[in-house]
Amino acid sequence: MTIASTTQQICFVLLSAAVVLGSLGVVLLPNIVYSAFLLGGVFLSVSGLYLLLNASFVAAAQILVYVGAVNVLILFAIMLVNKKENLSAIPGLALRRVLSGLVCAGLFGLIMRVAFTTAWALPGPVPVGEEATIRIGEHLFSDYLLPFELASVLLLMAMIGAIVLARRDVFASDVITGEPVDQGLIEKARTPLLIETPNPQLQETR
Amino acid sequence: MVTTPVLSSGLDLQASFVEALAGMGVAPGVARLLWLPLPMVTVLVAAVVGVLVNVWLERKISAAVQQRIGPEYAGPLGVLQPMADGLKLVFKEDIIPARADGLLFTLGPVLVLVPVILSWLVVPFGQNLLISNVGVGIFLWIALSSIQPIGLLMSGYSSNNKYSLLGGLRAAAQSISYEIPLALAVLAVVMMSNSLSTVDIVDQQSGAGIFSWNIWRQPVGFVIFWICALAECERLPFDLPEAEEELVAGYQTEYSGMKFALFYLGSYINLVLSALLVAVLYLGGWSFPVPVEWIAGWFHIPIDAPALQVVTGTLGIVMTVLKAYLLVFFAILLRWTVPRVRIDQLLDLGWKFLLPIALVNLLVTAALKLAFPAVFGG
Repeated sequence: MTIASTTQQICFVLLSAAVVLGSLGVVLLPNIVYSAFLLGGVFLSVSGLYLLLNASFVAAAQILVYVGAVNVLILFAIMLVNKKENLSAIPGLALRRVLSGLVCAGLFGLIMRVAFTTAWALPGPVPVGEEATIRIGEHLFSDYLLPFELASVLLLMAMIGAIVLARRDVFASDVITGEPVDQGLIEKARTPLLIETPNPQLQETR
Repeated sequence: MVTTPVLSSGLDLQASFVEALAGMGVAPGVARLLWLPLPMVTVLVAAVVGVLVNVWLERKISAAVQQRIGPEYAGPLGVLQPMADGLKLVFKEDIIPARADGLLFTLGPVLVLVPVILSWLVVPFGQNLLISNVGVGIFLWIALSSIQPIGLLMSGYSSNNKYSLLGGLRAAAQSISYEIPLALAVLAVVMMSNSLSTVDIVDQQSGAGIFSWNIWRQPVGFVIFWICALAECERLPFDLPEAEEELVAGYQTEYSGMKFALFYLGSYINLVLSALLVAVLYLGGWSFPVPVEWIAGWFHIPIDAPALQVVTGTLGIVMTVLKAYLLVFFAILLRWTVPRVRIDQLLDLGWKFLLPIALVNLLVTAALKLAFPAVFGG
């Protein structure tokens, strides 16, 4: 066994362990911030697996899109609403956990069955290496053109939706319900933010 | 194209090293394994020395701008002052605030520093003088620099301090906004050189000396890239994440000792790296203003003479570093001349000005490439 293949196997074992343990952590940890950071770790490990498969462009794109954009935005959202609140206890939590665990175990069993019964072609296709960038470009603009354009339309729709939600103060009335909109966080001339309003909860406790 | 192997012109230190060791009776595989860490350690040392030089320059130039003398007792002209600063940070007590999250607090600075150092992988100092000529080259740098905000958010969150959290959020917002025009400016250059590899990008600029540098063909892209690079490094017109008057020191507020030093190192390594990449993308990288081949031709020296190869290699390193430090000088001058922008001005500049300009620049480059394939890379 050469040094290169030994290194590759060690890297594969380490990265796979990181992916499996990391994703378990994402699902099971009670602290949502830890889950989000671990998600970034899982994305990084997956891009490491792509590197092992000699797909450096896909690995770099994985880091740029999933770690640099998706995960940072998730973290951003979590930290902007950084609020510690104790959720009210859900009835029958233990039963729910057992049930969802059963569903997950069933899915895992199914996937394992597929993995073991499929006749995988060994060795797999030869990696194209550095040429992959050109190949991906060619595919995106020939036989995968329709999915590519549809994805861009989907992103445009999401963007317009986000703008409508975020700039509700521009519209005098809500787009959907037709009721007048008054967003609390944006200061207006007639209702200044720092106004003395009696807290109803405080009065109740008194 | 990406697939064409680089012609082995110029020095190939790896081949010479492996050959020399093989001559002494070492197996070629082992010799190659022995070679592997050498360029990495060299570049790491070069990066750290670059930071020391940078800190000294910053102190001296800021002093000159404000009509002071600056450091002068530590060594001649105060050149040992950065070493003294570093030693001070090493011996400082390492404090983790009482209700901070110790694990994330420690991991944050590491996550900020490591991607920056990894990006040095693709910086070329000569035809074969780089750690790895990966095909995705400059794209790797863009991808790696997008990891940094996670480290900033992590340290901002874990410090358990409102200033830290705000600073971390600002840093992440800033780096997300300026990454897009930065990538678009790089894309225009990549389109002209038909390759993402940094070596190919420099090769494409080395035809006619100073006149073939990308800065003449991409003046707008150069300005966009430089502004965005300064914003990504959080240099002064854009150093909002650590604006002292508003946020104490932003995400660095609670840090001390070596953890603070990691942030410090990271920001200066990032500045040198950005300057190096501007040199590579727009100022012809390692190429001399007059091509070495022409000079060799005038004196009738064969281009593959060993002595000339050594001279070319040395000249390449000197030129790259010289160009980079010229840009660093401008960055330092800017820092001590220009006032800080406000956060809304910063985001307006990024999204409403640089992004449309970068898009137009990309479109114009594409049109020019179709119209004049000889000049703009066919």
